[in-house]
Amino acid sequence: MPTTVETAQELGLRPEEFEKIKEILGRVPNFCELSVYSVMWSEHCSYKNSIIWLKTLPRESDKMLAKAGEENAGLIDIGDGLACCFKIESHNHPSALEPYQGAATGVGGINRDIFSMGARPIAQLNSLRFGNLKNDRTKWLVKGVVKGIGDYGNAFGIPTVGGEVYFDDCYEINPLVNAMSVGIVEVGKTLSATSTGVGNPVYIFGSSTGKDGIHGAAFASKDITEDSAKDLPSVQVGDPFWEKLIMEATLELIPTGGVIGLQDMGAAGITCSTSEMSAKDGFGMDVWLDKVPMRQPGMKDWEILLSESQERMLVVMEKGFEKKFEQIFEKWDLTYAQIGEVTEGGNVRYFMNGELVGDIPAESLALGGGAPVYKREYAEPAYVKEIAMFDMAAIADSGWGEGRGKLEVGSVARQLAAHPNIASKRWVYRQYDSMVGTLNQSTNKPSDAAVVKLRGTDKSLLMTVDCNSRYVYANPEQGAAIAVSEAARNIVCSGGEPLGVTNCLNFGNPYNPGVYWQFVGAINGMGKACKKFGTPVTGGNVSFYNQSSDNDAVFPTPTIGMVGIMESDNCMTLDFKNEGDLIYLLGHQKNDIASSQYLVSVHGVQQSPCPYFDLEEEYSLQQAVKSLIQNKQILSAHDCSEGGLFIALLESAMAGGKGFDASTKLRMTEDGIWNMENGIQMRKDSFLFGEAQSRVVVSISPNQKEAFEAEMREHDVPCVSLGSVTTGNISIDGNEMGEVEEYSNSYETALETALA
Amino acid sequence: MKFGVVIFPGSNCDDDMLHVLGDTYSKPVTKLWHKDRDLQGCDFIVLPGGFSFGDYLRSGALARYSPIMEEVIDFAANGGFVMGVCNGFQILCESGLLPGALLRNENRLFQCENVHIKAEHANSRFTAHVPAGKALKIPIAHGEGRYHADAATLNAMNKNGQILYRYCNENGEVTPKANPNGSLENIAGVCNEAGNVFGMMPHPERAASEDLSNTDGRYIFDSLVYLGVIMEK
Repeated sequence: MPTTVETAQELGLRPEEFEKIKEILGRVPNFCELSVYSVMWSEHCSYKNSIIWLKTLPRESDKMLAKAGEENAGLIDIGDGLACCFKIESHNHPSALEPYQGAATGVGGINRDIFSMGARPIAQLNSLRFGNLKNDRTKWLVKGVVKGIGDYGNAFGIPTVGGEVYFDDCYEINPLVNAMSVGIVEVGKTLSATSTGVGNPVYIFGSSTGKDGIHGAAFASKDITEDSAKDLPSVQVGDPFWEKLIMEATLELIPTGGVIGLQDMGAAGITCSTSEMSAKDGFGMDVWLDKVPMRQPGMKDWEILLSESQERMLVVMEKGFEKKFEQIFEKWDLTYAQIGEVTEGGNVRYFMNGELVGDIPAESLALGGGAPVYKREYAEPAYVKEIAMFDMAAIADSGWGEGRGKLEVGSVARQLAAHPNIASKRWVYRQYDSMVGTLNQSTNKPSDAAVVKLRGTDKSLLMTVDCNSRYVYANPEQGAAIAVSEAARNIVCSGGEPLGVTNCLNFGNPYNPGVYWQFVGAINGMGKACKKFGTPVTGGNVSFYNQSSDNDAVFPTPTIGMVGIMESDNCMTLDFKNEGDLIYLLGHQKNDIASSQYLVSVHGVQQSPCPYFDLEEEYSLQQAVKSLIQNKQILSAHDCSEGGLFIALLESAMAGGKGFDASTKLRMTEDGIWNMENGIQMRKDSFLFGEAQSRVVVSISPNQKEAFEAEMREHDVPCVSLGSVTTGNISIDGNEMGEVEEYSNSYETALETALA
Repeated sequence: MKFGVVIFPGSNCDDDMLHVLGDTYSKPVTKLWHKDRDLQGCDFIVLPGGFSFGDYLRSGALARYSPIMEEVIDFAANGGFVMGVCNGFQILCESGLLPGALLRNENRLFQCENVHIKAEHANSRFTAHVPAGKALKIPIAHGEGRYHADAATLNAMNKNGQILYRYCNENGEVTPKANPNGSLENIAGVCNEAGNVFGMMPHPERAASEDLSNTDGRYIFDSLVYLGVIMEK
């Protein structure tokens, strides 16, 4: 059946893309072929609007074992003969429509990327963003997404060890659901998504193929799908039980030595896996679509090709291994079939009942091959000028006692501790199995990053996901650099060394120059910071179009997933340990409340600049923290993030079942550490609740005071003596602010209460 | 003393259990595949946690029909020791090897967190090494862990000393607040009348390592491992 430019446009292709397809094929594509191009050249698969910029990110390191973007996930050498395989991916749009299945299949997809590489997942994280919790739809989304992640991950049996949850009106229509998985594999025992060796059999295994998730279908010509379009669900349905079985089977295939290449069926299903694997090493593939195990009769060729039915894998094996592989599939009760074989030439040819229905050069479909690449226009959006107008002097400081136009420090503190962006996410993470696998060391020893034991070694793997998107909105370059820095800071404060990054870039419509300006800025900032910390970007995912017609784009949200490595001996926790321990604040002090949760929720100021940040200062701070930990000079470390210093102190106190007595009287200087004379004048709100970056709260044993201070003099990092750890009460400048327990009650239950 | 850990499709705490018994306690331990019928000469069978067959129906409802379960039931009838943790406990109840049932948690949510339990008495293979009155910090991770039995059964179980563990607070007090899932009488673990089959919802294998900064679960493993040695003698 011949196609036209109109058909192409209905499938989401642009007219010039249709021309290019005709050029590649030397003829007009049929509907099946056009469908294949439409999904492979979609933003999701081709990265056509982002790849130019992604290539500017630092993607090299002597520890990287796979080139960024060329395999299903990043791969980093972590010593002891082991490699860490990790990646983060978005499932935003499906989750907006059907939060439970959308989130569940997001978890499924990211874990398949890990075990497709031959690695066994050992930990998962997620980064979630929702709109205003006062709205019923938001509550429905939160409950659905959390249950979806929980039900899938819990049954699959990999612990969820960390994550973040934010609420902001900008995510009202478009929630963000980013899922990360981290796996371990012996170096040299990984699998690749490739296909070589003419005549080698191609098998599909896992679930059978149904009509779910056929994205192009909704737009497909009515002439073709009049009778079937109505029953196509657009969101896939996940089955963690099958996922568990295909993982075990996949990992059992490896030792047979017969696997040539393997890839999971993600976006664009059989189309994507057959063409990407073929393109990798320049082979062709004949695919017999009628042999694919199907859930229902009468599926059309293009439906089989585009189906995004979950929990399916494609494997190319060395000829002669069929029996061995089939025994493994049968052991795990999996559906399987040989659906093709490797051919010469580089074309993927799709057959239906012996009839050739598509014949396409694989290379022309793949990212880095023939897929289009665009350079988009960008321009600074108007709001940036408004942000620059922010005047801190117009904001009343907080103080002690009511009156004089000042807010009470105590009530601000209580309000922030119970704010959903700051309060405990216990309601969420309690629904995730965080302990299966018995490697999660953070359960009983909390620290800024999640700590996962590498059994059989003296090391642990550290991991975190971070992004404060309000900062990125205010200044994409600085904000993205902060996201990377905070991730690295979390790993350093836990005693580790950052190793590498995976990113999930959630933005609005790339054809909007303002949105693209945010994207370019974020990439630049991320690149600089990753270079500074020696953490290459090993892969990730771009999610554009997170906006709807009746709502502005979401805050630019480049979520950073980072992994690091730690010698067990360096393990550092965030909880205050003993009454009487001394508390210090490391880092530069700035009069800065910009983009703080305090400014937004207490003063209602939505637009303000990015908080103070200097990459060099951040780096020096992290070096100082590292040596303090290695020299065993501190007992706890916790970075200041949302809610500023007060919340950092409170969190260390709550985790340790202690309190603190702190002073805001200036005992720090800009230039020296211990000189009490030349302090700068700090606003109280800025000191306690400001979110100027690169600050860490540490506690030390009193008998370590001299050694600690001597060590700090070696570093170019200011250090403030704040006070000491108490039994359970909070006191600031001599003002009693109540017991930690009062704060922890509302901190622990605020989210649950807001969701009720 | 040879342990066997049964693996159903969807079991996901099997490796954790194998690790504790094999590595931490250096006991001979073997995997038993659900499709097999050979208990391989094991003296002690463990049904681990997880989501056997996906648990889409009722937790444990399908696993009980696995071929290996027929052997486990015979083994138990002959006095063999059987322990089920979490999903394993659910399977034992579904199989009729233990009285009662495990219902959806009271709050209808999956719950994973540290809780405390204490042994009711020390006259059991599964509690003997647990100090009297001591609150053990052991994690739970389940959506269907609310223990239920009818009044007559419960009464008999209490009389027979079949209630082995109850949820308590960190001071060892059995209070409503310390009950994480709404279980009747804070019940966390029970045994059969003969005392050779035991099930518990909390996961002692998740609390048996210095690496995890929690070794309270070892009191329970000590009971079944070391008492076993004594009893064999």
